[in-house]
Amino acid sequence: MIEDIELETLINDIYEYYGFDFGSYSRASLKRRVNRLYQLDGFTNFYEFLSKVRYDSDYYKRMIDEITVNVTEMFRDPHFYKIVRTEILPLLATKPFIRLWHAGCSTGEEVYSMAILLKEANLLHKSLIYATDINSKVLETAKKGIFPLRMMKEYSENYRESGGQEDFSSYYIANYGIAKFDDELASKMVFSQHNLVSDNSFNEFDFILCRNVLIYFDNDLQKRVINLFDESLATLGFLALGTKETIKYSISTTKYKQLEKEKVWRKVR
Amino acid sequence: MEESKVINKYKLVIVGGSAGSLNALMQILPSLNALNAFALVIVLHRRSTDDMTLEELVKIKTITPVKLVEDKVKLEPGFIYVAPANYHLLFEADDRLALDISEKVNYSRPSIDVSFESAAQVYGSQLVGILLSGSNADGTEGLKYIQKLGGTIIVQDPKSADMPFMPNNAIANMTPDRILDIEGILDYITNINT
Ligand SMILES: C[S@@+](CC[C@H](N)C(=O)[O-])C[C@H]1O[C@@H](n2cnc3c(N)ncnc32)[C@H](O)[C@@H]1O
Repeated sequence: MIEDIELETLINDIYEYYGFDFGSYSRASLKRRVNRLYQLDGFTNFYEFLSKVRYDSDYYKRMIDEITVNVTEMFRDPHFYKIVRTEILPLLATKPFIRLWHAGCSTGEEVYSMAILLKEANLLHKSLIYATDINSKVLETAKKGIFPLRMMKEYSENYRESGGQEDFSSYYIANYGIAKFDDELASKMVFSQHNLVSDNSFNEFDFILCRNVLIYFDNDLQKRVINLFDESLATLGFLALGTKETIKYSISTTKYKQLEKEKVWRKVR
Repeated sequence: MEESKVINKYKLVIVGGSAGSLNALMQILPSLNALNAFALVIVLHRRSTDDMTLEELVKIKTITPVKLVEDKVKLEPGFIYVAPANYHLLFEADDRLALDISEKVNYSRPSIDVSFESAAQVYGSQLVGILLSGSNADGTEGLKYIQKLGGTIIVQDPKSADMPFMPNNAIANMTPDRILDIEGILDYITNINT
């Protein structure tokens, strides 16, 4: 296992050689991921590992893919999507145009879930969903809208639990172990790279979702990101975080009203 | 006699378990007194379909205060913390808890190994790891790691466990500091830092 000080050396080197700043990421998670990779690839000497990262940019890419966590699901936490369906979309429906932002969208399962909800609420035609992530590889997958077929059983159960009434399989075409989602869903999505550590606000949104991304950041970076969302959110817009994430350590909550028991806040002023 | 400052040996007690461990926990919790200058973290495998969260169940079984686990919540002595379903629970060097949704480990999330290893890295010899009943091998690697970093490890006596596989597996792979039945574990926790 690598030592704390070695992890800091690695973080500094990544910044120096590649310009990526892990300085404000949660050490507990980073350490675990780096250790996992270190063992997986059979390293026994930290400096060997370090020089591989420094001088072999392909290995650096592998490392980034392996230490960032891209795990995601369609309709993860069905109850959350139920609230979106019953409480949030009806309020957004009155707008002539709806802008959404999925920050840290990973391979896009969440974005397609949202597009399905918008379509069922008859709002997709007047919506635009921006979906961003730091990792260009996951964005490529997201654009294609192709997910493993073996996950569909679980996703369709989640969908049903979230209040979905349609036949879930009508949203995709199954083929050789993959499920390709309807192009109509993707027609209102815009994917682009955006780094929450260093990039700025780029539009004004009615609904921002950033679920299970802040858990990988330390308190200071969480503050930065919440403020970035605050700047990017229209008055009366909604901000949704993961089920164990909160804005309360990051921003004055008098500006926001929390939806009962949910990790959703409405910007009230 | 010269007066000496009391140094509390342990800062954290972490309990892991799977099938049958809820039963054990429900016997331990009601008799638990105030925690003496340490925090108690509980990491159990549970089906994600269970109606009541483990946090809620623990809360109604004990007078010891339970702190709601959210990302980066501060770990404070005297409180119980329960790992939420569907996340791995990790420990930061500044005594905060961190959550992680990366892949399951040992088919589990939370995984006991993951939490034990992370806790060991932060708390070293100030950590007690307790492994309860269960029917899989999660926890063994974590206990070994806690021991390696100087922590104390306790395994539920397989004879007293609803599902002896998990404690048996641990015992087969290391020498725990103690092997205790439910009452023994309760007694041990009650006397920590005294
Ligand atoms: C665990 S996934 C969350 C996926 C999805 N939102 C969900 O909850 O299912 C975390 C994502 O955050 C992205 N991420 C990490 N650091 C980032 C940063 N600095 N800026 C933008 N995205 C980042 C990762 O690439 C990863 O895809």
